[in-house]
Amino acid sequence: MAEGVVVTGMGIVSSIGFNVDETLHSLMIGKTGIGKISILETIHRDEFVLGEIKLTHQQLMEKLGVDLNLPWTRTALLGVWAARQAYQSAGLSKNSGKRIGLVSASTVGGMDRSELYYKDFLTDAIHKSHIDTHHAGNSTEMIADDLNIHDYLTTISTACSSSLNSIMFGARLLKHNLLDAVIVGGTDALSRFTLNGFNTLMILDHEHCRPFDATRRGLNLGEGAGYLVLERTSDAIAGKKQVIAQVAGYANANDAFHQTASSDNGEGPFLAMQRAVAKAGITPQDIDYINVHGTGTDNNDLTEGVAMKRLFGDHVPLFSSTKAFTGHTLGATGVIESIISILSMNIDKVFPNINFKEVIEEINFVPVSQLTDLNINHVLTNSFGFGGNDSSVVFSKVPSNISRS
Amino acid sequence: MEALIEKLKEQIIKQLNLEDITPADINEEDSLFGEGLGLDSIDALELIVLLEKEYGIRIENPKDGQKIFFSIKTMAEFIQEHQKK
Amino acid sequence: MMLAPTYIDGSGAVVPQPTVNQDKFLEEILEYNERFLQVVSPVYKDYIDVKLLRRMSKIVKMSIVSARVAMQQAGVDQVDAIMTGTGMGCQIDTEKFLNAMIENGETLLTPTSFIQSTHNTMGGQIALMLGNKNHNLTYVHRTFSFESALLDAMMMIAEKEAQKVLVGGIDEITDESWLIKTQIDYYKKHACKNSEVYNDLQPGALSGEGSAFFVLSADRSEKTYAQLKGVSTLYKPRSNKELEDFIKRFLVTSELGLSDIDLVIMGNNGDPVFDRVYEDLATGLLKTIPTGRFKHLCGEYDTASSFALWIASGILRHQHVPSTISQHPFKGRTPKNILIYNHFRNINHSLILVSTPDAS
Repeated sequence: MAEGVVVTGMGIVSSIGFNVDETLHSLMIGKTGIGKISILETIHRDEFVLGEIKLTHQQLMEKLGVDLNLPWTRTALLGVWAARQAYQSAGLSKNSGKRIGLVSASTVGGMDRSELYYKDFLTDAIHKSHIDTHHAGNSTEMIADDLNIHDYLTTISTACSSSLNSIMFGARLLKHNLLDAVIVGGTDALSRFTLNGFNTLMILDHEHCRPFDATRRGLNLGEGAGYLVLERTSDAIAGKKQVIAQVAGYANANDAFHQTASSDNGEGPFLAMQRAVAKAGITPQDIDYINVHGTGTDNNDLTEGVAMKRLFGDHVPLFSSTKAFTGHTLGATGVIESIISILSMNIDKVFPNINFKEVIEEINFVPVSQLTDLNINHVLTNSFGFGGNDSSVVFSKVPSNISRS
Repeated sequence: MEALIEKLKEQIIKQLNLEDITPADINEEDSLFGEGLGLDSIDALELIVLLEKEYGIRIENPKDGQKIFFSIKTMAEFIQEHQKK
Repeated sequence: MMLAPTYIDGSGAVVPQPTVNQDKFLEEILEYNERFLQVVSPVYKDYIDVKLLRRMSKIVKMSIVSARVAMQQAGVDQVDAIMTGTGMGCQIDTEKFLNAMIENGETLLTPTSFIQSTHNTMGGQIALMLGNKNHNLTYVHRTFSFESALLDAMMMIAEKEAQKVLVGGIDEITDESWLIKTQIDYYKKHACKNSEVYNDLQPGALSGEGSAFFVLSADRSEKTYAQLKGVSTLYKPRSNKELEDFIKRFLVTSELGLSDIDLVIMGNNGDPVFDRVYEDLATGLLKTIPTGRFKHLCGEYDTASSFALWIASGILRHQHVPSTISQHPFKGRTPKNILIYNHFRNINHSLILVSTPDAS
């Protein structure tokens, strides 16, 4: 049971890059993926900016070379793209005799197609084949079929904290020896449904979002997918695998305060961070960098800040939100920021919280706003969501006696 | 003003699905949030849409809602001041 | 897979049959002749604060009632974790927002239905009601949803991260979601008598809805009436043999043989094409074991296996197999080990094993 779990592969696609290298490059040069809407068909095109992946549905299908006769959703396509990268980078293969599982997260599921065809579903159903792509597990099965995964699959949906929970659940499946390798992460495509939904909450910024800034007015939505391959430490060493990071600690807590708003004292976020650090067997002072949830909404950044102050006191580690790069990718955000956190740790640099200018008076601490050198051994990443679902994960650097990527 | 207040009460009951509450139960000066009717931030957003849909008044900053939606009376006063159509 | 002893101390269900505040255990059942089956609504106000009730759609209300009943039965007012499974989530609120968005051309939309369209609404609302700040997860993988929640709960207990876990499976049906799925023959297009559903020749299943929650416990107590021995899933078996091997392997890891199983509760749903998978097993690998069926009581929905677990654990509690679930009068021995087998269109297969509690 005390067996550790490590990351042996990664795959990512978002508005700042179509793979790990491109993502790292954008983060290093401070290039955001957020901009004018050109893919999503919406009446709000000129009103908001988004972190879109600039490929149409057709272009995505062609790029991935998938079977065009299958009913693809954008969510599934993005998922397949990132999951293939993770699978390959971990050197997985279907004839290895390993039990391989897939734990994926999604909040919108196949809504990107459902919202186009919904009225037709009710009448003639010319787009019949898309009726069954609506449910949240569809993208998981499309990915599993693409990679020929049979041993275990499931899908998690806890709003914006979804994919940190898939990392957590996957790690536990390994610890119980129910699988030998597990692909964990999440995928969410942009849809009119989510854009309009967040618009009704009046928490979308019309400009580029400014996480942890006093003048913040809300979030920018984005889309993307990310997956990690997790294996038991002993198996990874025995198999001479590249070991990218250790999954050291994780926790999930509920704020139990309100359906959408966080409690004033940030109880849920505080408990998630505190328990994740404890699970990692370290103290809060050991955390070198936090990739915060930092959506840019009034409520999130303030309460996340309050929770950080409660846990770290006067010694809040360096922190930044990278949502001004990618936008808030909902079900994918936890894993996308996990990958960003791991990259940050492995090159010993903190990526900047771009667009920050003015400190929030009530919490009075400042995110890292320039690319900064820092020796990072332990990184904490946060994702918080509606329904009070709050999650945190700690990744730790791989000891030098184990091969590093 | 009286008519507007009565109409507002009915519209609010309907929009917020306030079961078991009749217009007579709502005092126009009582606070809608907290102690009074016990509404919350989600209801405030619902009321913003109600103003736009029924009275053609758009509120851009949800923070403005706090003052406008203090009571039925403040809401009615705001509508009278801003109504264009 | 054997994890650690996991006991069932309480259960509650809201389904299309009378199950709340009933002394009798499925002795008489409601007969329907409908396109789909809907839950028998309890008096929600008896369980939920009226102020909160106004926003809740059916799926949230039935979750809360069944969770409360399960907790009452287990004699607990707090749990260490809350796991929910739902295949389709909050269909009423999703449809409301989606229709409004399409019909109003993305204007004049209100937030309530959007907020409540997320799949974790039930888990979140239960946490809110209990003031519960612990581990809270929602699984949303069709007929694996409830099974994933059960597995998570069993792992939590094995890890000693939790003593008591609240686990539930919930799905709701709406006119629109029913209509949509009749277009692809998932559901029957015409009304059908639930008592005769297994002989109905129309394509598709008789659809339904329901909610069932359980309090699982790490320790056996005077409240304990059943033991959850295992849960396992199989995705897209490539042959009948693979399915049979899956069942055999499951029993081996549960340290039981086929002859130890006293009853198999099967998920037949009236779809003539896919019910064959059950029939093949009932006349093949499992032919020596008495079988029961339950979807004529609740209809087909993604988390219907949670109601099967409610029935199975109820049989162990009452030491009696109700005639309403068995095809032939039950003549076997009083069940000690009950296997639940369910599948969705030969894609997602699952097994749950529940037994009388081990002496310990």
